[in-house]
Amino acid sequence: MQTLYDKLWNQHVVHTESAEPDSMALIYIDRHLVHEVTSPQAFESLKLAGRKPWRLDSILAVADHNVPTTDRSHGIHDPISRLQVDTLDQNCDELGITEFKMQDLRQGIVHVIGPEQGATLPGMTVVCGDSHTSTHGAFGCLALGIGTSEVEHVLATQCLLMKKAKAMCISVEGRLGLGVTAKDIALAIIGEIGTAGGTGYAIEFAGDTIRALSMEGRMTLCNMAIEAGARAGMVAVDDTTIDYIQGRPFAPKGELWNKAVTYWRALQSDADAVFDRTVALDAAQIKPQVTWGTSPEMVTTIDGMVPDPSLITDEVKRHDMQQALNYMGLHANTPIQQITLDKIFIGSCTNSRIEDLRSAAQIVKGKRIASTIRQALVVPGSGLVKKQAEQEGLDRIFLAAGFEWREPGCSMCLAMNDDRLIAGERCASTSNRNFEGRQGPGGRTHLVSPAMAAAAAIAGHFVDVREIGE
Amino acid sequence: MDPAQRHPNPEFVLNQPRYQAAKILLARANFGCGSSREHAPWALQDYGFRVIIAPSFADIFFNNCFKIGLLPIILDAAILDRLFNAVKSIEGYSLTVDLQKQTVATPENEEFSFAVDVFRKHCLLNGLDEIGLTLQQAEKIKKFEQKRRDAQPWLFM
Ligand code: SF4
Repeated sequence: MQTLYDKLWNQHVVHTESAEPDSMALIYIDRHLVHEVTSPQAFESLKLAGRKPWRLDSILAVADHNVPTTDRSHGIHDPISRLQVDTLDQNCDELGITEFKMQDLRQGIVHVIGPEQGATLPGMTVVCGDSHTSTHGAFGCLALGIGTSEVEHVLATQCLLMKKAKAMCISVEGRLGLGVTAKDIALAIIGEIGTAGGTGYAIEFAGDTIRALSMEGRMTLCNMAIEAGARAGMVAVDDTTIDYIQGRPFAPKGELWNKAVTYWRALQSDADAVFDRTVALDAAQIKPQVTWGTSPEMVTTIDGMVPDPSLITDEVKRHDMQQALNYMGLHANTPIQQITLDKIFIGSCTNSRIEDLRSAAQIVKGKRIASTIRQALVVPGSGLVKKQAEQEGLDRIFLAAGFEWREPGCSMCLAMNDDRLIAGERCASTSNRNFEGRQGPGGRTHLVSPAMAAAAAIAGHFVDVREIGE
Repeated sequence: MDPAQRHPNPEFVLNQPRYQAAKILLARANFGCGSSREHAPWALQDYGFRVIIAPSFADIFFNNCFKIGLLPIILDAAILDRLFNAVKSIEGYSLTVDLQKQTVATPENEEFSFAVDVFRKHCLLNGLDEIGLTLQQAEKIKKFEQKRRDAQPWLFM
């Protein structure tokens, strides 16, 4: 009776410090994804110690946070951004690490390209110096965000030193309403358990609603597991997983493919597996979500209102809420649908895949963005997503509506490149974090699904996608 | 966006003269939430902090602290409330942290014990290089890797 997490863990333990169940363990790492922000100090320190990467073929590198999303033929204008990207290029060239460079069609956000290339496979341990590595857990693998010291540790030893987490099962059953997406499930879960609810846990998402999600929906969900405090999120392997992987460049082929599939199918929690905590949600009750504050747990539904701090008895919570409302420039009891927007951002490792773009395009088709919207960006997650979208004519739908159609990267998800909010600007964003200053100092972020962001772009304020219909 | 161009906010607690050179940071629940970046603990360490005491921490932040030699300590929220009050009302209030004994002591000699993983404590006390330690297991890692390569060759392409 093992959970999926138990199985993944047990298959990777190289060594334990002691026989105690909570002992530190050395966990073997199958895939190491590297990007420009968290790797430079790790490479430098590795070099200084006279060490070499343990296993080059486990590493795939790409620059995403600092890349411009406009014309790239003239390189990067900002010196700090350029230095980070150049450093990654140099390190990869010097060591012989596979890297998708900025001009490569396969370049994109690290959490989009791993799965897209088939570099993320079931049963793997996947690490990356980035919180949202949890995304890859959608493939029935153990995917962990790590710090820079750990990036160096994995480079040098192919292992990560860690303690086993507890296991949580979040099961969602039933049919999602029209216009309700994986993003809404993720936000609803965080609203339910809080941003610390998953601390110390690895979360498995289960239930028929999850099984009915596409791989892209599962990635969106696992991507946000970290916002619930969990270090890992995962979904068991099924036909949807296997169909998605088949034929991808890094995926096994021929005889090996069959062998791999047989192995992958066992990556399920046993029917009698016991979890340390279980949470159940009814899909039919989940409505489109909108965050109103400065933490992903500060979330409500599209038919809701900005909450009223005076109703909160806990002093610390009341103070936090008031502070968030001040920062966000919102008043208690304002209906969410009356909140007007300045900018729209459709992108990020949460929601920049082809299905996300399709769902936004469907809302936008034949319409124009409101005259009050200063800027609306669509930033595909990778060059390949961009190409696919262009083949489907989605770029023309967005452009005709007044959106800008950009090159792939993290873009306005965080203020590390040219795309950012100006102080006081309010943005409907499909990203994953609404912290103070996340999209630019003083910028105000409301997290929503791609369809909700698209609908808000047209109306100029939040609207209920369920009322727009098909 | 050159930080040197920005003026320190006099309202911010760490800009008040009485807290200059503080080495222990008291914080609230879920401290470190929202970043895997080691830049977060680096910044605190560069300021001069050696210890952070909070009722709870975000996972990755907590790990990163140990990696760079910053000690995160978990104490009850009620104890933290008391410490916050004491620091605010008594200028120059200072706590003593003893990692060996795993205690936080107040100037009145009241002691609170805290838990810390044996291995992590050992590494912190001895300033050990974790990579060097792991590499002592190199043979084990190689053996494990070979077994994995035989069983799941598609992971090694
Ligand atoms: S898109 Fe945003 S959350 Fe995702 S990796 Fe980039 S910066 Fe991080």
